[in-house]
Amino acid sequence: MYPESMMESLKKVEANRAANAAYEPARMSAEDKDALLKKYHPDYIEDQFENLKIGPNKGEKVPHELAAMLQAHSRLANYEVDLSNPDYDVDVLVIGGGGSGSAAAIMANEGGANVMIVTKLRHGDANTMMAEGGIQAADKENDSPAQHFIDCYGGGHFAAKKELVYKLVTEAPDCILWLNHLGVEFDKDEDGRMVTTHGGGTSRKRMHAAKDYSGAEIMRTLRDEVINRKIPVVDFTSAIEIIKDDKGNAAGAVLLNMETRQIKVAKAKTVIICTGGAGRMHYQGFPTSNHYGATADGLVLGYRAGAKLLYPDTLQYHPTGAAYPSQILGALVTEKVRSIGAKLVNANGEVYIHPLETRDVNAAGIIRETSDRGNGIDTGDGQAVWLDTPMIELIHGEGTIMKRIPAMHRMFAKFGIDIRKEPILVYPTLHYQNGGLDIDTNCMTTEVENLFVAGEAVGGIHGRNRLMGNSLLDIIVFGRDAGIAAAAKAKDVTVGNLTLDHVKAFEKELADAGIETELISPKLLPDYRPEDKKDHMLDVIVPDYK
Amino acid sequence: MEEFVNVYFFGKKYEVPANLTIMRAMEYAGYQLMRGCGCRNGFCGACATIYRIKGKKDLNFCLACSTKVEEDMYVATLPFFPLDKQVYDIETITPDQQLMMQLYPEVYACIGCNACTNACPQQLNTMQYIAYAQRGDYENCAEESFDCIMCGNCSNRCPAGISHPQVAMLARRINGKYIAKEAEHLLNRVKELHDDNKLTDDVKAIMNLSEAEVQNLYNTRDIEK
Repeated sequence: MYPESMMESLKKVEANRAANAAYEPARMSAEDKDALLKKYHPDYIEDQFENLKIGPNKGEKVPHELAAMLQAHSRLANYEVDLSNPDYDVDVLVIGGGGSGSAAAIMANEGGANVMIVTKLRHGDANTMMAEGGIQAADKENDSPAQHFIDCYGGGHFAAKKELVYKLVTEAPDCILWLNHLGVEFDKDEDGRMVTTHGGGTSRKRMHAAKDYSGAEIMRTLRDEVINRKIPVVDFTSAIEIIKDDKGNAAGAVLLNMETRQIKVAKAKTVIICTGGAGRMHYQGFPTSNHYGATADGLVLGYRAGAKLLYPDTLQYHPTGAAYPSQILGALVTEKVRSIGAKLVNANGEVYIHPLETRDVNAAGIIRETSDRGNGIDTGDGQAVWLDTPMIELIHGEGTIMKRIPAMHRMFAKFGIDIRKEPILVYPTLHYQNGGLDIDTNCMTTEVENLFVAGEAVGGIHGRNRLMGNSLLDIIVFGRDAGIAAAAKAKDVTVGNLTLDHVKAFEKELADAGIETELISPKLLPDYRPEDKKDHMLDVIVPDYK
Repeated sequence: MEEFVNVYFFGKKYEVPANLTIMRAMEYAGYQLMRGCGCRNGFCGACATIYRIKGKKDLNFCLACSTKVEEDMYVATLPFFPLDKQVYDIETITPDQQLMMQLYPEVYACIGCNACTNACPQQLNTMQYIAYAQRGDYENCAEESFDCIMCGNCSNRCPAGISHPQVAMLARRINGKYIAKEAEHLLNRVKELHDDNKLTDDVKAIMNLSEAEVQNLYNTRDIEK
C-alpha cells in the first residue's frame, strides 16, 4: 500500500532481498563510529544546547527544551501551601506508577513499609508499557555478567558510572527470575529454556522477550501484583514539588489532582522519583516513541530540590521510528525486528550498515544516508530508509512474524501494510533519556538525603547511549533496590518540620540570574492543540485560568 | 489540497483533516486530552472508543490512537470501565479450575453471544479464551489472550458482566509462574551468583582496568553469531 512515487525504490528492495538477506555487512571500527556520531548524531549539534544559569548543574549544557523547564517557575511560586495537616502520611512515597515505581512499591511493601504510589495518569501509563523488544540478562552458559558489563559500558561510550553498571549486570538474573515467579510469561522453548536474541551492541544473545509485548507483559503483571498487595495508588495526581523538612531532607511532595486541580500534601519519610523519560519534550523537534506523560517531570522536581543531574545532554534517538504512514509517525518499530533478521536498506536497495550496531550509530547512519548521501525515500513528512521485514520470514520461515512480533504486524496492518510481504519505512525517533538524576549505589540522590530515584529518571547507568533491553532491566533492578533502600531508610527517619523554602529560594535564584520566563514546570503533559487555535483558547490567553 | 471530514465527538460536530486518527482529530478540534490518552500507539488500552457511522446499524469498537476518522463518524470514548479485579496471593493459590470458580464465577454465566470477540480492537478470540478459563485451561487461556491490552471494550459489551481482561490476567500469571517450565539455566545462574563470588569478582576485575584496557576489551570482544 505504498504510493506510486515509492514504487521504483520498493522494486529495488524486492529485487535485492534474497542477496541482502544472505549478506553479512561488516561491523564498523571504533574510529568510524566516532566520526559518524560526531557528524550526524543530534547530541552533537552544538546550537541545540545551552548552559544552565542556575541550580546544581549551573554552567553545564542541556537541550534548550529542558533548560526552559529546569529554569521555569514553580506552580507554587505565588501560593502558600499549608503543610501543617498533610492529607497523606506514609513511610515511602513513590512518584510514578510505571515499571520502576511499581517494582519499588512492591519491594517497599515487602520490606514492611507503608508505601503509596502517586501517578499522573493511570497506574501503568508509562514507557514500560510500550517497551517491545526485551530485557537483557546474562543467564546462558556462554554468557556472564562480566560480558554484559563490557557490552553495556562500551555501548555507553565508557561514560557510565561503573558501580551502577555492576548492579545492573550482577542483579539481572535475579530480576528475571523474580519477574518469572511473579508470573511474567517469557518466551521459552519446550524445555523451558529462554528464547534469547541479540540486540544492537550485544556480544551474546541475552535478550529475553515476551513476544513484542515485553514491557506490557511486565507492566501489567507488576500492576496486578501492586493491587493484590493492596498498595494504595493515587491516580490522575501529579507531584508538582518535592517537600523537604527543616533538616534539608526530602519529606514528601505537593500533589495536584489533574482533573479537579485540587492541591494535596503528602508527607513521607522517604521519597522515590520514578517519573520516567522525556520524549514528549520533543527535543530538536523530533517525533517520539514515548508515552503521553513523558515530560521530564522528575528531573525538574529533583533539580528544584537541589539534586544534581548527570548527562542531561544525551538523548537516545531510536533508529527505527515509523516514518510512514503519518498516522504512526515516530511510533516505535522494535529493535527485535532487526534482531530476528530484518536489515536496513537505502533507496537504491543497498544494505549500507550492520543492522545491529548500537542505536546511536544506527540512528546517525540513517541521518547520513538520508541527508548527505541522498539515499533516502521521501515519505511526504520527511526522509526515511527501508527496514526490510520480509527478510525475517525468508530466513526463519513463514509464520515467524506472527509468532515473534505480532504487535508490529498489527500496527502496520491497521494502515494497510503487511510487514510479512512489504518492507516498512523508518527514521530516528526520540526514544530515551540517557541522562537523569545522579544517584549512589543505594539509589539515593547524591545531594538530597532521603530522595531516591529509579528508572528512566536516573542518569549514569547507561553512560551516553543505552543498549536495547537494558532499560526494562534497569527499571526492575533499580526499582526493586530503591524500594528496598527507601523502606529500610524510612525506619531510621524522623521527619522535621515540612517546608517549601527551597522553592522560594529557587524563584529568587531565577530572578537573580535575570531569567525572565512565563513558563511553569514540571510540564506534566504536552499540548497538541493546533497553534492557531490556541490563540483563541481561554486557558492559553489567561494562563491563571488553568 | 487537504481533505476534511465531519465527525461528532460526544455528539458535537467538528470538521477535521481526513487523514487523522480519532485521537489526533480530537486534539485538532481543540481538546487537550488527559483521560483516554496513554501510549498513543496501541499498547496501553487507555483509548477504548465506540463509534457509529451515521445511518448505519452496526456499532464499532476501536482504539482512538490507531483508527482513522471517517465522514459522519459519531464517537464516544470509553476512558475507564469498571472491571472487577479479584485479589489473590500468587504464592499460595492452587492453579486449578476451582480457583476460577472462586475468583471469577461469572465466567460460567457466559451465554455465548460472542459480543466480546466482536468488540476486541486487538481481534482476539475473546469468547474462546473465556471458554478455556471455564475449563481451568490456563495455558490456552493465556496464549489466546496474550495480546490483550485491557481496554475494557469486551466487558462493556458482556451481558454476563464478565471482566475478561482480569480473567486473562489471572490465567497468564498462573501460566507464567506455575505451568510453563522453569528455565534451568536461569536457576543455575542465580545460584552461581549467590553461592560464590567468582562471577561478581570477574566484573570487579574489569572495573579495575584502565580506560585503555577496557576500550581494547570492548573493541576486540568476540560477538556470538
